[in-house]
Amino acid sequence: MKQILVIWSLLLVSVSAHAVIETRSFTDPALEERYTVLINELRCLVCQNNNLADSNAELARDLREHVYSMLISGATDTEIINYMVERYGDFVLFRPPFKPTTAALWIGPFILLVLGVVGLVVIIRKRNRTQVEALTDVERTQVRRLLDQDE
Amino acid sequence: MKTRFVIPIVVFAVLVVFLGIGLKLDPRKVPSPFIGKPAPEFSLPSLHNVHANLSTQDFTGSVWVLNVWASWCVACRAEHEVLQDLASEDLAPVIGLNYKDHPNDAKRWLRQLGDPYQASAVDADGKAGIDWGVYGVPETFVIDQQGIVRYKHIGPITTEDLHETIIPLVKTLKEKRA
Repeated sequence: MKQILVIWSLLLVSVSAHAVIETRSFTDPALEERYTVLINELRCLVCQNNNLADSNAELARDLREHVYSMLISGATDTEIINYMVERYGDFVLFRPPFKPTTAALWIGPFILLVLGVVGLVVIIRKRNRTQVEALTDVERTQVRRLLDQDE
Repeated sequence: MKTRFVIPIVVFAVLVVFLGIGLKLDPRKVPSPFIGKPAPEFSLPSLHNVHANLSTQDFTGSVWVLNVWASWCVACRAEHEVLQDLASEDLAPVIGLNYKDHPNDAKRWLRQLGDPYQASAVDADGKAGIDWGVYGVPETFVIDQQGIVRYKHIGPITTEDLHETIIPLVKTLKEKRA
């Protein structure tokens, strides 16, 4: 028991989880809020399933720096997003815009959902239609006998 | 009764096809938004001559190749020989963009391995790299006479890439002008 406790407490200690994410100072809390939202929405291209906020790749750090300096110099969120998309494509956005190339991405799940529901309905209907055949007289007496045995 | 067996097999086949396609795709290769668009400009000091400036405008009117490299980049070492081949073909100027590197390290690297670049621009803070949408060194761009980016290669160029894609592309781009 004691050993298990020790192991558990060791598991709770994380050695390498301290990402080297720099701190930034903002005079305006609204700016800080926008900064946080932006770096959470933008994808890091080096570790592709991380956003800029989570990634400690060098490029992510440079891009955070860029977002920060653009914000400080008064750029709007759209300007910053456009700046990134111009350079890295829609891929930098975790929520890509709806376009012919991304249509499958946006509509696909709903098509699959509709297909699934249709399939389910068809199966359920089919199952209801198969009727239970009535028992013959012989079977009926057999059942009766079985039931009577219990009493 | 028959459909009962056919449907799962069809679904399975479709899945296999999609997973098969997925296996062949490389998620690291993000399509560049620059293809067919004017190349981003830079004006940076030259690696070998600090007083000289290298600018994208120097190359307007000719087909040229921009290769983003760094001495710390292991994959650049792998592609270096292929770049030497490209340079020796003497088809188009090969320009280096020395990305986030120390000039001394970069110069030593070129001394040791040979210098395939007509010139290298020093992008010490990586700003030009961001402008060009660089996210993984090495990257290689082919730019045409009008300054339009025609091709981008992410990662080291292999001999096949060079002979099957890059050299033919440079040749056709050059012919267009003539």
